[in-house]
Amino acid sequence: MIAAASQAGRLDRAASRLPSLPRQALVRGLVEIKLFFRQRESVVFTFALPMILLVLFGQIFHGTIGSTGVSFRQYFIAGIIASGLMSATFVNLGVSIAADRDDGTLTRLAGTPLSPVGYFAGKAILAFVVALGEVVALLALGVGLLGLQLPTSAGRWLTLAWVLVLGAATCSLLGIALSCLVKASTRSAVAVMNLPYLVLSFISGVYFVFSQLPTSLQRVAAIFPLKWICQGLRSAFLPDKLLVAEPAHSWESGRIALVLGAWLVASLVICIWTFRWPGQDRR
Amino acid sequence: MTNMAVSSSAGDPACAVKVRRLRKRYQGKAAVDGIDLEIERGEVFALLGPNGAGKTTTVEILEGHRRRDGGEVSVLGTDPAAGDRAWRARIGIVPQSDGATGELTVREMVAQYGAFFPRPRDPDEVIAAVGLTEQAGKRLRKLSGGQRRRVDVAIGIVGRPELLFLDEPTTGFDPQARRRFWELISALSQDGTTILLTTHYLDEAEALAGRVGVLAAGQIVALGPPAELGRSADEATVSWLAPEGIRSVQTSKPTQCVIQLSESTGGEVPGLQVRRPSLEDRYLELIAAAEQAASSESGAAR
Repeated sequence: MIAAASQAGRLDRAASRLPSLPRQALVRGLVEIKLFFRQRESVVFTFALPMILLVLFGQIFHGTIGSTGVSFRQYFIAGIIASGLMSATFVNLGVSIAADRDDGTLTRLAGTPLSPVGYFAGKAILAFVVALGEVVALLALGVGLLGLQLPTSAGRWLTLAWVLVLGAATCSLLGIALSCLVKASTRSAVAVMNLPYLVLSFISGVYFVFSQLPTSLQRVAAIFPLKWICQGLRSAFLPDKLLVAEPAHSWESGRIALVLGAWLVASLVICIWTFRWPGQDRR
Repeated sequence: MTNMAVSSSAGDPACAVKVRRLRKRYQGKAAVDGIDLEIERGEVFALLGPNGAGKTTTVEILEGHRRRDGGEVSVLGTDPAAGDRAWRARIGIVPQSDGATGELTVREMVAQYGAFFPRPRDPDEVIAAVGLTEQAGKRLRKLSGGQRRRVDVAIGIVGRPELLFLDEPTTGFDPQARRRFWELISALSQDGTTILLTTHYLDEAEALAGRVGVLAAGQIVALGPPAELGRSADEATVSWLAPEGIRSVQTSKPTQCVIQLSESTGGEVPGLQVRRPSLEDRYLELIAAAEQAASSESGAAR
């Protein structure tokens, strides 16, 4: 009976297929989303913090930017959406991969037929769901509480869409790449991911008007993606008369796509180079 | 039963695991120092040894979780270093760990891992088999250490593996949980699953394994059925009360010795005792001898 069972097993194996990549991604994605929303830390810091900041800054800041007549609220809401996007993708993924490495999840997954691509596809699903939720919540708060003007034309909605999608993809991959490079414990990953996130938030035109920052900081910020995501979102939300307050006096859509695309490709290369299931890189 | 399973596997190698001269060094120090090993399909094999003997390193190499420095390894006919997803689908792994934790429920966790395999077992059946039915809806974080470890075992078997690796599976179990775990392993073995487990509990190896390999200082120092471990020719001790006091003799032929004694005393031998060293005595002796040899060798190398 036992022999028959094991023989039947062998025949079945030939017929049965390994779960497809979309199926693996879906299984992992659902698990990731459950885990994210069941962890108080991630819900508070990653998800709620940008909303709290939005409401706080909305109470503090009033007035218009220079002679443009554009409300500063409108300006920083675009910035906080960009910053929330980075938190939901870059910080979130960087910390969650470190946690997976720390608590043995990666070792367990590595022992199964799950492919690394399926694992990362699950992370991508997590990042996009959290980012989408974040952006929708921030938009709702902005419109409801702070009188945010939604984009006024189809073209601007399109800009909003591509900047968000490209920005989320770039920041997600960058978070994964940094996490692969540093291989930090969960606790230090929180610091490793939050430090660049906070510094970039301050120098990229989230809380301050970008053109009013010292030129040296502007130059540093221009190397990194967040500045360009902020600029892209301003181009979706703010009228063209604000352009006098932009350093380049243009929204620079082409350059935004180029810089984000370059970071995307570089991060992807780093991910492919550096990621191994645990143990498979140990000699 | 083992033989039948083997003969039915035409085309497949008869061996589930085949290892030749396996070597692994860490910072110049040999952790695994030339191991030869063969495990047949359907067999339950235990790697026994003290901490640091190389058990986990060996198992991790077989699982494809660690690169080797030398030797040949074949697991289910495949070199683990080149094992693909189809190969992974045929093995189950219970790594050394403090147990699965986090915010998923037991059922969500087991179902997730099942979903990565082509022909998973029913998650609820697996949860019942490891005795966690009552905890199925509980978050992993809220389980006890022993219960988490049982979740590890559930994850290891939910994919219906042909070969199951268990690395010190019962560490932290209470005696009752260990007994239940042993029953589970026997049931899996009855279903035809080949099992390789590591342990430092002699009674566990004795209860579960058909064969045991004793690993000490990176080498297999004894191999065979647990009852025959380290058994040497003159291992029996015959002692009796002679007029001048207690006398004892080490002998490989205790029966003959007793007959001679009986003839010389003309019947009853006063205070007669025939003793064989317990399994534990022999095991500890093996380990001590191997570690002494290893340290004197490294001393000579220096």
